[in-house]
Amino acid sequence: MDVALIIEKVILISAVLGVSLGIAMYTTLAERKIAGFLQDRVGPNRAGPFGLLQPLADGVKLFTKEEIIPSGASSSLFILGPSLAMLTACIGSAVIPWGQDLVIGERIVPLQIADINVGILYIFGVVALGVYGIMIGGWASNNKFSLLGAIRAASQNISYEIAMGLALISLLMMTGTLSLKEIAAQQEGIAWNVFYQPLGFLIFLVCAFAETNRTPFDLPECETELVGGYHTEYSSMKLGFYLFAEYINIFIASAVMATLYFGSYNFPGMGYLAEIGIGQNIITLLGTLALFAKILFFIFFFIWVRWTVPRFRYDQLMKLGWNVLIPLAIANIAITGAVILYFDR
Amino acid sequence: MQALTKRKKVLEKKPMNFWERMYLPAIVQGLGITIKHLFKKRTTIYYPEEQREFSVNYRGLHSLKRDEEGRERCTACGLCALSCPAEAITMKSAERTADEKHLYREEKYASVYEINMLRCIFCGFCEEACPKEAIYLDGNIAPADFNRTDFIYGKDKLLEPKK
Repeated sequence: MDVALIIEKVILISAVLGVSLGIAMYTTLAERKIAGFLQDRVGPNRAGPFGLLQPLADGVKLFTKEEIIPSGASSSLFILGPSLAMLTACIGSAVIPWGQDLVIGERIVPLQIADINVGILYIFGVVALGVYGIMIGGWASNNKFSLLGAIRAASQNISYEIAMGLALISLLMMTGTLSLKEIAAQQEGIAWNVFYQPLGFLIFLVCAFAETNRTPFDLPECETELVGGYHTEYSSMKLGFYLFAEYINIFIASAVMATLYFGSYNFPGMGYLAEIGIGQNIITLLGTLALFAKILFFIFFFIWVRWTVPRFRYDQLMKLGWNVLIPLAIANIAITGAVILYFDR
Repeated sequence: MQALTKRKKVLEKKPMNFWERMYLPAIVQGLGITIKHLFKKRTTIYYPEEQREFSVNYRGLHSLKRDEEGRERCTACGLCALSCPAEAITMKSAERTADEKHLYREEKYASVYEINMLRCIFCGFCEEACPKEAIYLDGNIAPADFNRTDFIYGKDKLLEPKK
């Protein structure tokens, strides 16, 4: 363990954290802007040019609001809830490869914080932990609406995690590895997994919507039925943490989808660029840009769907999860297995 | 019932076929509709910077008029206050002295003339009632304010400036 490694990792961790927080911040603005555009409005445009300072204004507002802990609430758990939600949202990005290796001098710097060989399992574990933030917060509020929202979140996440995992199994049968770095490297050029696993991607996408509690599956915070859902009793920055964690989760979910199914940092013409003698570092940076373009597209897609599709009813949500997605995912595994066996790939 | 437009479409209620029950095609169709709106021209008028043009008979803030020599036309007859359905107008009359002939056209004038803009409904009955053509609703939109008392407009705000 040398000093350079520590410096390198510290820089990488702060960069990833900063970028994910920054993107989450501006996703809030993008959400409101795109919502406005899709509804023939203009969205926020008062703070700074095109409303670009709106996230800062919102942040200042949330920080300066009065912090209220209800008298009936369990105060330590009440604080733990949003902290846990924020923490789990932030650590998910640790295993995502943000690009190929950079070569600085004689050092090879991988653009990935930790290349653990069970990367995708790690992400699953962290995402599953995220429910505890919502669950604890909703339960500690001592409010029936919060509790209902929390229970909904928990049962929804558990149901959809199964389908998500099953969809992933068929992908893993193809890749033969759990390491995100290797999965990314396998999708050289345009050989993206989505072309081999379209059904798997579709199931994964639907489950990602449910896991991040986004419309059409935003039942945990369903305003029309549950006031505010699990964060009814929250105010000030604790509420901000919950909302912020949701946007970071969108970012992570987009990054995971881009990595697993849309070729991560690979872009068409990558091999050609290397052939005509363009430096490895430049290609790496272009790859990172490509990855971020994909991520931003997915974030846009999340927002786009939110302002198109109405919310599901709770029984419909459960029916979709258990009766449709899980059988489909299992069928997908069978098909993938048969194809692998037949073509001996 | 006779259709008002030719766009009327009669829908039959029948069980959904497999394609419709898949749900996804409908979502894709919906996404197509919403993305079209992303590129639509917005009809928003950016209010404080841009203003919609008023029609010629728009009734805005009141103004008390002066005659050609710059004298106040109002004679404090009280017909506007009487005609006001919202009872927004109050006034006090005073008699003109000899050295005030250049200020007031009639022998009697309004020393205090107040309109409560929170009560006013901008119906325009006061300008119709006025026999002296002294009040017109030819101003702008009534602006917002922080205090209720600031909505009571006296002669300082209502009176037309001298030419």
